[in-house]
Amino acid sequence: MYSGFVRFVVRRTAFAAALVLVVSSASLVLAHYAPPEDAFGTERAVLARERHRLGYDQPLLQQYTHWLTRSLQLDFGESLRFRRPVAALVRERVGNTALLGISGLLLATLIGIPLGVFTGSRRGGVLVSAARLVSIVLLSFPPLVTSLVLLLVAARTGWLPAGGLPLIPPDAGALESAAIIARYLFLPSLALALPVAASIERLQSQSLREALADPCIIAALGRGVPYRRVIWRHALRLSLKPVIAIYGITIGAVLSGSFVVEIVMSWQGLGDLMFQALQARDLYLIAGCAATGSAGLAAGILLSDLALVAVDPRVEELG
Amino acid sequence: MSVRGTQVGGTLLVAIAIAAATAPLVAPHDPGQQFVDYVYAPPMRPHLVDDDGQWHWPFIYPLRLVSRLDHAFEEDRSRRIPLVWFSAGTLVNAHDPQTPWLLCGADALGRDIFARVLRGARLSLAISVMAAAGALLLGALVGATAGFHGGRADDFLMSIADFVLVLPVIYVVVVLRASMPLVLSTTKVFWSMTAVMSLAGWPYVARGVRSVVVAERRREYAEAAQAIGAGGLRILLRHLLPAAGGFLTVQATLLVPVFILAEATLSFAGLGFAEPTPSWGVMLHEASRAPILAEAPWLLTPAFAIILTVLALNLAASPAYGATIETVIADK
Repeated sequence: MYSGFVRFVVRRTAFAAALVLVVSSASLVLAHYAPPEDAFGTERAVLARERHRLGYDQPLLQQYTHWLTRSLQLDFGESLRFRRPVAALVRERVGNTALLGISGLLLATLIGIPLGVFTGSRRGGVLVSAARLVSIVLLSFPPLVTSLVLLLVAARTGWLPAGGLPLIPPDAGALESAAIIARYLFLPSLALALPVAASIERLQSQSLREALADPCIIAALGRGVPYRRVIWRHALRLSLKPVIAIYGITIGAVLSGSFVVEIVMSWQGLGDLMFQALQARDLYLIAGCAATGSAGLAAGILLSDLALVAVDPRVEELG
Repeated sequence: MSVRGTQVGGTLLVAIAIAAATAPLVAPHDPGQQFVDYVYAPPMRPHLVDDDGQWHWPFIYPLRLVSRLDHAFEEDRSRRIPLVWFSAGTLVNAHDPQTPWLLCGADALGRDIFARVLRGARLSLAISVMAAAGALLLGALVGATAGFHGGRADDFLMSIADFVLVLPVIYVVVVLRASMPLVLSTTKVFWSMTAVMSLAGWPYVARGVRSVVVAERRREYAEAAQAIGAGGLRILLRHLLPAAGGFLTVQATLLVPVFILAEATLSFAGLGFAEPTPSWGVMLHEASRAPILAEAPWLLTPAFAIILTVLALNLAASPAYGATIETVIADK
């Protein structure tokens, strides 16, 4: 039993490591074969000189092994566009994306799961139909559109800042700076969260409905356990498995969404950095961003796998 | 709700497709035509009642430019311009050669946003449908091969599919597109985007087709076909793949919205179509500057078009939606 769990963790960790290696290598190879140009209008001669200085004109195999051996020593090379070490650039940005992604996912969970339990545990009624319609509509609101609409609302009303990173005055206390961050974070994370919340709601609703038909739930109801308690104590746990299973996929959707939200709301994160790197053919920065992004993705998938085992121990047998 | 939702969604889809196909006839103006006196003109909505409370056939009030610097306009309430059906070679148009009818307002170059959104619908829909077809074809091919052969080929193909499946779609599309030359002609952009999206979308299809093929090939009819000496390819194409037809239809309605967004995102970011090609993403790029957007909220018309199209697809697929997620997870 115990060894089964260890084997499960080892297998999933190996997958995570492979994900990081393959994604960063593949993006390096793709960028290597991309035409040597950039979208920022740099002079050709300057560009060629820089590319030569950073070793871009070496053959692929040589460049790749060079990059890989240095990366294993935690030296990720220098950025062509910013002329600074890749590690420093990524370190500046990764926190912003993590903050945005985690708060978006949290917001989506806080909206999606209770709403799904609500719509799933009732037979019908105006409120349930309304909630369901809202979900289907929200599913059709991609982060690109939502962030533009929220940008319009913010620009028109001035209630909340329309994009940009929070600037925290140096003398601000912990509580004050948290309040400032929350103000700036609210709109971008909402744009990210809404479609995800809608898909969690749909899945939770359906899964709870199926859980309610389970014999153990009917038995609990038969013994006279109050309906509300049955829902929140027993049926919810039974129904969580497919919902947690989708989190592994959802993290990918959140990363996709944050790419757009970061560009629209000028939230200087990893997605924005990756985009600039791609446009500049900045090989090492592309690989560094891809490695960091895929590490986040792999960590998220690993966490959701572990949560799955916690909810349903049978999962580890399947590996 | 689900049955009615499907009908509403289907009807909407047909309407959108017809509007896109007949765009030059429906739109009152050419999408490239610039009305220099109408930069950032607000939408000119049709009226039925005039200021005296009198009813008329639909008409519009012409716009008067108040300040060229602030792009401020006001309606000239003294003059009514009737809207005439089947005039000037379009479905409905203003009966006045001097006044353009801008149903959804004008952009920074004084072009008709309504005409551009309609023309953009052609590109967006064509690309996403082609890409979905490509992904379905590729996915069905890989899935059927994996499910039919089983063994090592199955393991190999499905681990590739699982791998691509966890990656964020937008990043896959952006990275693949960015490895091509940054500036391409419109035709090349069209085909490269289609190819890139098909490459990002096939694993979703392959997973499902594989599980259908694995389940079906053990059924009696497939074994009977084998017993009377049908070849592998024949069994696959004639007997097993048709069983995946329902799954493929549902998958198409799920992939098209993803690809509509991918096109919009790529063009928005500057890796897709470029000005002056009317595409939803290109148009939204103009709306992404907050001060301009606050002045001219009608620049978000393409966002509305995206929502409407995706909503129609989601409604049409709504009964199947939950079921598909379930199969994907059950299969994992």
